Amino acid sequence: MTTVSNPVDDFTKRFMGDPMGDPPPQPGVKLTEQQLRARRARSIAIALALGAFVIVIFLVTIVRLGGNVLTRPM
Amino acid sequence: MSLTVARVEPSIAGVGDYIELMKPRVMSLVVFTALVGLLVAPGHVHPVIGMTALLCIAVGAGAAGALNMAYDADIDALMARTAGRPIPRGRITAGEAAGFGITLAAFSVVTLGLLVNWVAAAMLGFTILFYAVIYTMWLKRSTPQNIVIGGAAGALPPMIGWAAVTGGTAVEPILLFLIIFFWTPPHFWALSLYRTEDYARAGVPMLPVVAGDRETRRQILIYTLLLAPLGVTPWLFGYAGATYGIAAVTVGAIMIALALRVRAERGGHAACKQMFAFSILYLFLLFAMLLVDRMSGLTFGHITL
Repeated sequence: MTTVSNPVDDFTKRFMGDPMGDPPPQPGVKLTEQQLRARRARSIAIALALGAFVIVIFLVTIVRLGGNVLTRPM
Repeated sequence: MSLTVARVEPSIAGVGDYIELMKPRVMSLVVFTALVGLLVAPGHVHPVIGMTALLCIAVGAGAAGALNMAYDADIDALMARTAGRPIPRGRITAGEAAGFGITLAAFSVVTLGLLVNWVAAAMLGFTILFYAVIYTMWLKRSTPQNIVIGGAAGALPPMIGWAAVTGGTAVEPILLFLIIFFWTPPHFWALSLYRTEDYARAGVPMLPVVAGDRETRRQILIYTLLLAPLGVTPWLFGYAGATYGIAAVTVGAIMIALALRVRAERGGHAACKQMFAFSILYLFLLFAMLLVDRMSGLTFGHITL
């Protein structure tokens, strides 16, 4: 009995991996556990800093506007 | 011709490494002196605006620290005192530190300008530029007067704090500037006397390396003799009360006594270490007493330029 290969299956396996098997190796740099942890900590710090920046801008805007914050033409 | 491309490993730098880049101990002194400048200035500033100004000054000081470490990574690696910094340890690259410093500098100056005032922002921008370019890139490696002239960067924060409130400057903040300016040489030279080998190995022309131990001790005494009366001037000019005056005379006299001990010392560094430690306390006490003076209801600001 001869097996006829399906070109669509071949393409899928070659470029997207076997859906029933291991995922294909990903190109690029693979981060170690330590690098992933460090990146996560840095990302959280950047998020907190940006959040703080937004709060500062908000507070100063309110302070600068003072009582006029409620005064606006309708 | 071959082209070599350095492989850059993904960063393992943690948040602590970036905080270390900002020189938190230097930053705390900068924030404290700026706070005093801000609180003794005449007029009122809303607490939120004041806190914003201090935050910007702190971040600006951190930016200057990061830029300094980025440029000085080569000599930092050669000195015991600085070899543990994030760049020599390989935690952060010099490029990352420079990018971090430039980003913080831009953010701090623009934010201070937009939210507080542009005079204070211009002063902060000048301070960062002076420390990173004039001191770090130029003076530090070329003259034994490096920390004398470079000390101007560390002396500016009270003027920035004052400008954040008043939008200008006056005689009083200039006196505060001069106190820190004349405090810097005896403070740093006392340290460099027992770190001379470090500086010599790194090729940094600090005064003890270039002019020797005895000349440095003589210069420490000269600058301390100039500093002690300067510390009393806010009282003599009527900007501060008697409490401040008595405190300034007392700590000034201790500074002179320590400088005389440094001058007389032969073959040891105990007096230098004492002088270095007390000089930090001296500056802290002077500025703290100005705050106490202000809080007790005595005015500070009279003469405006």
